Amino acid sequence: MTEAKITKKTIMPKKNPMEAQEPGIRSRNFKEVALGYSEEAVVAEANRCLQCKKAPCRQGCPVEVDIPAFIKLVAERDFTGAIKKIKEKNSLPAICGRVCPQESQCEKYCTLGKKYEPVAIGRIERYCADRELATGVLRQETAPSSGRRVAVIGSGPAGLTCAADLAKLGHKVTVFEALHVPGGVLMYGIPEFRLPKQVVQTEINNLKNLGVEILVNNVVGKSTTVDELMSAGGYDAVFIGTGAGLPYFMRIQGESACGVYTANEFLTRTNLMKAYLFPDCDTPIRIGKKVAVLGGGNVAMDSARTALRLGAEESWIVYRRSRNELPARQEEIEHAEEEGVKFAFLTSPTKILHNEDYWVKAMECLRYELGEPDASGRRRPVPVPGSEFIMDVDTVVIAIGQGPNPLVPRTTSGLELTKKGNIFADPDTGATSKPGVYAGGDIVTGAATVILAMGAGRTAAKSIHAYLNENGGD
Amino acid sequence: MYRILNKETLAPTIKLFEIEAPVVAKKAAAGQFIILRIHDEGERIPLTIADFDRKKGTITCVFQEVGKTTKQLGTLNQGDLIKDFVGPLGLPTHIKNYGWVICVGGGVGVAPVHPIARALKQAGNEVIGIIGARSGELLFWEDKMRDACSELRVTTDDGSYARKGFVTDVLREVIEEKKDPVLCVAIGPLPMMRAVCNLTREYNLKTIVSLNSIMVDGTGMCGCCRVTVDGETKFACVDGPEFDGHLVDFDEMARRSAIYKSQEKQSLEQFNAGVTHKCSCGGEQ
Repeated sequence: MTEAKITKKTIMPKKNPMEAQEPGIRSRNFKEVALGYSEEAVVAEANRCLQCKKAPCRQGCPVEVDIPAFIKLVAERDFTGAIKKIKEKNSLPAICGRVCPQESQCEKYCTLGKKYEPVAIGRIERYCADRELATGVLRQETAPSSGRRVAVIGSGPAGLTCAADLAKLGHKVTVFEALHVPGGVLMYGIPEFRLPKQVVQTEINNLKNLGVEILVNNVVGKSTTVDELMSAGGYDAVFIGTGAGLPYFMRIQGESACGVYTANEFLTRTNLMKAYLFPDCDTPIRIGKKVAVLGGGNVAMDSARTALRLGAEESWIVYRRSRNELPARQEEIEHAEEEGVKFAFLTSPTKILHNEDYWVKAMECLRYELGEPDASGRRRPVPVPGSEFIMDVDTVVIAIGQGPNPLVPRTTSGLELTKKGNIFADPDTGATSKPGVYAGGDIVTGAATVILAMGAGRTAAKSIHAYLNENGGD
Repeated sequence: MYRILNKETLAPTIKLFEIEAPVVAKKAAAGQFIILRIHDEGERIPLTIADFDRKKGTITCVFQEVGKTTKQLGTLNQGDLIKDFVGPLGLPTHIKNYGWVICVGGGVGVAPVHPIARALKQAGNEVIGIIGARSGELLFWEDKMRDACSELRVTTDDGSYARKGFVTDVLREVIEEKKDPVLCVAIGPLPMMRAVCNLTREYNLKTIVSLNSIMVDGTGMCGCCRVTVDGETKFACVDGPEFDGHLVDFDEMARRSAIYKSQEKQSLEQFNAGVTHKCSCGGEQ
């Protein structure tokens, strides 16, 4: 009792700070920005946890990690126990600790957060995962072989999670990846400075150690189809996790001018193809002096920060709503600001202007103001008549979202789609309209987060396991 | 890794590779393309499929050495390995019996037009082939095209082989002489495809062109290969690579193809100077 009282009295109102590269230095390199906790800091942070019986934090976690339990183990310096506890529910903690929007998930519900800053759950998770990666990964138990085969299409967060869970349950899993490396958006989309590619590849190697086979350079919908995998391919079930791989455009004049990129192209060239190492790596990228990134999500923040690192003198986020509506992760907005990214709120372009060689030279923009809330609950941006102005820029990156990539939906028979072309799947099971075929992640929900995709991969894995058991072996 | 089973030098700067890629060969059809990456630091480049052998599990690609990647590719030999090779990508040519059709191949474009001509002939069409190159030295596959077509006409810009003239000169003669062809397929350098389209527009002859835009993923994800066709944005990688040439904005296509001209030059100069790999990207070499 006395001990508990003392702990209560000494609660620190703020999170233990995490070291990061200095903004002035990091904005010009591609190394990871946030450097992670030290052992002392992580234990101190774990001790801020009140160990509430109700554990409201868990309701904010899409994969229901037993948060108080692993934090207690960290406080006791049992890091092996802590990572085991996390991995009961989350197979990619080193990734989630870095890219989850904790402020709108677990940390949002933290009791401590009512009065003080919430416990830094994400940072503690990251510490445990990094410590395991550094000291050698624990062998994970797998059930005896079931003799059943599952094809997982796409090796992003949904596919990787689904594959890991099914492999642990004893099923033989093959992952089909269209690009030359597995990882999906974790490799081509999220930049090195936010999620080191080594971390992703280590997690993928863990998956291979579970017996999962990964086939790269394999475009399902082209090299093979879902129908073929289930017939001639001999797979008993299929999980589709092909993501949101079709960029949206503004549909304004000038979008095909030279110097206009989609965020997908801009980030893929930089992250996957390492254009920042050109000419030592062969893929080029062209960056001007003044870059405008259209949009306000994580992809927009990643693009704006990448532009600075590629040598842009000015990098602007151009967003038609206000700061309060920015959908990006809080930490990314803060990091972007610290690094010198500028924000033009309540602004949206109506036209991209080019010079006589068709290279971007400016955007014609309109000012907006916020009106009544729209379907998303956010106040609708309304253009201010006559507010046109010219913004001089020489590179434009369009980061206004993505639709579902049609290659798999188009080539699979009996798959029900939504109006937008997403695959229709039962949110509770991941089951599609086609027996034995499950789907999850952005291909079902539209562009969302890594952890939601992982949650969907996990849900589908459970359902696929049940489906395989019901439809007995041969 | 994908093995080069056979290498041929078709012209001083034009090479042919037959590559072992059974997954791609199983599905490949005329009009489609592949994307390859030579090594870990390499860029992804699209090449149109020039031939395929499902039994052997091979894909044949023909390329002209113009930039660093194609030059480096040209240094590889039979038995060497290519790091990544993915396909077949894009939509196949729509093959059916149109009646009689014309297939035009210019320069290195003779290679991708060959399987299309062959498939069209097999579908029952009378196929008049027209192939041309800047000079006789750069002309290849005359025999293969003769087999694939009902009739073949050959021309060179400088008259160093066969007759002198552009493929468009021959095309006009063929249209005038034979009357009312149903379809023209034209593959070659952008200026050639544009010139063919300008000519066939006069005759209201539907013309299919194959666009070799700059690409990264080749699966519709990045939008780099976008082209304007009939006022709409299309992706060459998933909506193409073939489009109705009369509706393609060739000016925009040419500009977008030249976006990385200065970087391409820099990369090539460094390669020619024999600068070897020295970055820290974790590559092999």
